[in-house]
Amino acid sequence: MNENLFTSFITPTMVGIPVVVFIIAFPNILFPNPNRLINNRWTTIQLWMVNLILKQMMMMHNIKGRTWSLMLISLIMFIGSTNLLGLLPHSFTPTTQLSMNLGMAIPLWAGAVVMGFRHKTKASLAHFLPQGTPIPLIPMLIIIETISLFIQPMALAVRLTANITAGHLLIHLIGGATLVLMSISTPTAMITFIILIFLTILEFAVALIQAYVFTLLVSLYLHDNT
Amino acid sequence: MASVVPLKEKKLLDVKLGELPSWILMRDFTPSGIAGAFQRGYYRYYNKYVTVKKGGIAGLSMVLTAYVVFSYCLSYKELKHERLRKYH
Repeated sequence: MNENLFTSFITPTMVGIPVVVFIIAFPNILFPNPNRLINNRWTTIQLWMVNLILKQMMMMHNIKGRTWSLMLISLIMFIGSTNLLGLLPHSFTPTTQLSMNLGMAIPLWAGAVVMGFRHKTKASLAHFLPQGTPIPLIPMLIIIETISLFIQPMALAVRLTANITAGHLLIHLIGGATLVLMSISTPTAMITFIILIFLTILEFAVALIQAYVFTLLVSLYLHDNT
Repeated sequence: MASVVPLKEKKLLDVKLGELPSWILMRDFTPSGIAGAFQRGYYRYYNKYVTVKKGGIAGLSMVLTAYVVFSYCLSYKELKHERLRKYH
């Protein structure tokens, strides 16, 4: 059981070929291009959802912030679809790997911050000191604000990794427990099975919510800095 | 044994069994050839199951099932230990 629990998180290679590249590129097939006026049902559903998300998320940005729309929408589609595909049995979820989430979080956060420093230098530096602080507290507060700024990309990446990994681990563990309990005492196994069902529903929600949170926070950093 | 139609233009189901090795060797194995094969396969599936007037869930679920089977094959090595036995 020890070795088995974490083997679903190792990056899959097959006779030395890193298959993980294909697994990361796989959700791309599920989003076909809309090349007609009236598309097929699958494309129509996706376009409707993209419109909904776009209006909701981009409402609070000004013109400069809205140039990031394509990036943010692709981000939420990618993270959402990857997390949902990870709920299928035996599949590998790339967002459980910290390396990939750091690779997504750090460039986006750094882009927003650097953009803010370039275009609105005074306002970006002013973020470090909230209004109305008593004068003796100022040095400590600037240090704290700097730390909280630099922790933002780490928090983005680690939040996504930890949530998805923890959910997958819980499903593995409770599923294993249900299987073992079935031969020992069936009512307990039924209770565990109901817990498993609730957990799976939660995981579906978590998959989508994590995508949303990631994108929302990036857009928040953007809003601060445009 | 020589066929009337040249070997290169025949589809797979028309090729006779004895001609199969030479037919396979005659296929285009360059990168652009392989990319073309993937593209043709993708559009064949897409146009048959997704781009229809009343497409159902079958188009998507077949892809997801193939993905699950593929992932099962990838992780078979670790799953071998979980067969039904009395003592693990």
